[in-house]
Amino acid sequence: MRYVVKRLLQAIPIVLAIIILNFLLLQLAEGDAVDVLAGEAGSATPEYMAELRAKFGLDQPLPVQLAVYLKNVVFLDLGYSFRHEMPVSELIFDRLLATVLLMVATITLAVGFGVFLGLVAAMGLNTWRDTAISIFALITYATPLFWVGLMLIVVFSLNLGWFPTSGMENFAMFYEGWDRVKDIAHHLVLPTITLALFYLALYTRLMRASMLEQAGQDYVTTARAKGVTENRIMFVHVLRNALLPVVTMAGVQVGALIGGSVIVESVFAWPGLGMLAFEALFSRDLNLLLGIFFLSALLVVAVNLVVDIVYSSLDPRIEVD
Amino acid sequence: MSRLLDISDLHVALPAESQRPYAVEGMNLHLDPNEILCVVGESGSGKSLTARAVMGLLPKPHVQISKGSVVFEGEDLAQASDERLREIRGSEISMIFQEPMTALNPVMTIGTQIDEVFRFHQRMSGKERRSRALKLLQDVQLPDPEQTLKAYPHELSGGQRQRAMIAMALALDPKILIADEPTTALDVTTQAQVLKLIKEMQAAHGTGVLFITHDFGVVADIADRVCVMQNGLVVETGTTEQVLGSPSHPYTQALIAAVPDLVPRPARPRSTEIVMRVKNLEKTYRSGGGLFGGKGRVVHAANDVSVDLARGETLGIVGESGSGKSTVARCIVRLNDAEAGQILLGDVDLRPLGRAAMRPHRSKIQMVFQDPFASLNPRTRIGKIIAQGPMMYGASAKEAKDRTLELLEIVGLDARAYERFPHEFSGGQRQRIGIARALALEPEILVADEPVSALDVSIQAQILTLLDEIRDRMNLSMIFITHDLRVAAQVCDRIAVMQRGKVIEVGPTSTMFANPTETYTRELLAAVPGKDWFSEKKIAAAKPG
Repeated sequence: MRYVVKRLLQAIPIVLAIIILNFLLLQLAEGDAVDVLAGEAGSATPEYMAELRAKFGLDQPLPVQLAVYLKNVVFLDLGYSFRHEMPVSELIFDRLLATVLLMVATITLAVGFGVFLGLVAAMGLNTWRDTAISIFALITYATPLFWVGLMLIVVFSLNLGWFPTSGMENFAMFYEGWDRVKDIAHHLVLPTITLALFYLALYTRLMRASMLEQAGQDYVTTARAKGVTENRIMFVHVLRNALLPVVTMAGVQVGALIGGSVIVESVFAWPGLGMLAFEALFSRDLNLLLGIFFLSALLVVAVNLVVDIVYSSLDPRIEVD
Repeated sequence: MSRLLDISDLHVALPAESQRPYAVEGMNLHLDPNEILCVVGESGSGKSLTARAVMGLLPKPHVQISKGSVVFEGEDLAQASDERLREIRGSEISMIFQEPMTALNPVMTIGTQIDEVFRFHQRMSGKERRSRALKLLQDVQLPDPEQTLKAYPHELSGGQRQRAMIAMALALDPKILIADEPTTALDVTTQAQVLKLIKEMQAAHGTGVLFITHDFGVVADIADRVCVMQNGLVVETGTTEQVLGSPSHPYTQALIAAVPDLVPRPARPRSTEIVMRVKNLEKTYRSGGGLFGGKGRVVHAANDVSVDLARGETLGIVGESGSGKSTVARCIVRLNDAEAGQILLGDVDLRPLGRAAMRPHRSKIQMVFQDPFASLNPRTRIGKIIAQGPMMYGASAKEAKDRTLELLEIVGLDARAYERFPHEFSGGQRQRIGIARALALEPEILVADEPVSALDVSIQAQILTLLDEIRDRMNLSMIFITHDLRVAAQVCDRIAVMQRGKVIEVGPTSTMFANPTETYTRELLAAVPGKDWFSEKKIAAAKPG
């Protein structure tokens, strides 16, 4: 418990640094929200633009803008999206659930199946199973995400009609309770598979290599010399040691997953953070973009903490204190 | 008396592309109850694979028994099914290994790992298994058995881990215990304790022990009978007295002659010119702590270390692992930075020098490393490895090449080595390359950190002779780090004994061996395996003279 508190305290300066860095980075992009608004309106006078800038606080010097933003963040106020005419926090929160849902489903599928396939491949080393799994991993690893997504839609939605083509739920049906859960799950299948395939390949290969490496360790010989059965050696001795690198990798990749989800969210029109970030970037909605970055940073910090705790329970050599 | 284990005409086949067709060829060997049989040989002699073959633990399908039988109490293990072998392993025949850290599963408690032996061989209640495990840990004299059951391997010391391994192996009172170099990775005092423990347990249970080792000192201490192997063949078998006292086979004779003995060589006059003085050297390692401070662990690796080195002499620094001997060596070469003290080379204090200021002095102190396999870049040709140094100090390519070829000859390697890669050489040859590399910069001081501990005994003797020759030829001073007092006796003029970061005793080798003043030095000397045998050997050698 003390460890968790300590880690959370350590996270504060990290998150602050991330906010400042993001803020400064976004200033490097040409143009601001006013340029975009004016451009879309088509007939904005310079006076009107100056007025808008003053209204949004964009005419202030950079350090002042940063200080104001930081102050607001500390009070958990992420500002206002002029584009969507909504508070950023409200806007993000809506989308956050969708993204987290997609992420959790993807990670579970990728790690779960990756570990399973890696295990099967390693246990049947150089058999047809191993070869088949390796080829499968190679193909999925090499195929671009958006193409997989489109093909899945073509085959399973359009031709077979098993799954919906896009969206997160069928609003027109006004489902309630379990029906709604089922509906969302139904919509979740294709995006999850698309996003998970790439990571699945990664974990399969990692798990296979890790199993093989561990199977050659001395402690395995010791276990054999004790007369322990092969099943126990594989599933207890080797598996637990082999999982360690996979857990590390999964922890690192959660951050990358948010980025990777942009494509999948676009292809499947999944109303998540990735889509939102994409739109915000093009409309120079910096408040919104910063809010999304801030939330992503929090998410990554939290996941890392969870991974470290899981890791220390898997590996007694790692001490948390 | 019926044989406990009878190996006859055993052939262990290696994969087709190997250097030789059989790892073990036509082996005949037997083991009786209540005896300790030592199988001795250098690396690659097939001694370990013999042990694995008995256990049914050969890395199949690449390596397997192709011919012959291994009869254990009337049953041929070479023909037994995998399931039958599994039943026998751990209950009738069990095994302990060289490296107690890697041989235990790092993520399982000692208790669970011992428990497995019971679970997979006998029906017993959880409570009974636990009480038997506790009893075992007591038997192998582990402190606080309750706590040890719950401990993970990394929480125990090397010696404790090996005791836990022994407990595990003896859990079901096996008839045969196979020990594969069980003390090689341990410190000398720990080694003596573990050997004693194995012998006690063996006597108490009447176990037949097949003990695999490369160390004749260990053989002299515990064996009843000895079997000497070379290149997969058994060259000599007999009682310990016969084999050690009057070896009949030339290979055995050569091996025994190569064993460094504990008799220090005659003292040489010490030069009055001091090339290096190390004064009050301090080095601490910290671990733990973090961004917000916090208290880490602090280890004094070097604590007020002061030694002098005269021209042309070899100073030995001996001590057990963790005593700080390697730290001192690395601080002197400036691979690590000491926090306080002086390293005077002539009149210059090297310790506070920065990178650039150190550069002109680097070439004067060179190092030879322990592991000849890890210390040479596998992608670089030998010629470049050696010539690189002189070229960095301004030699032309031609000069550097000439110098390299000359050095290769000095260290006893063919000039063709120039174009080759490290993996084409054996351990001993690589260590010669390491020495040539260090000499290329014409150092005044050579720091050798355990240069022979990774080598076979016959190669060891060659490298030690080479180092001696080079020292005399180039008038070098040498600092020789070792954990092995027998090696120290062979090469060192003076010895500094280190314990927990401190130099506790310094003196000429012969005086120190004859009259050690510190208790710890006496303990170290007493723990040297086979010391009684060495004194007999010396007496025997003196008689005909």
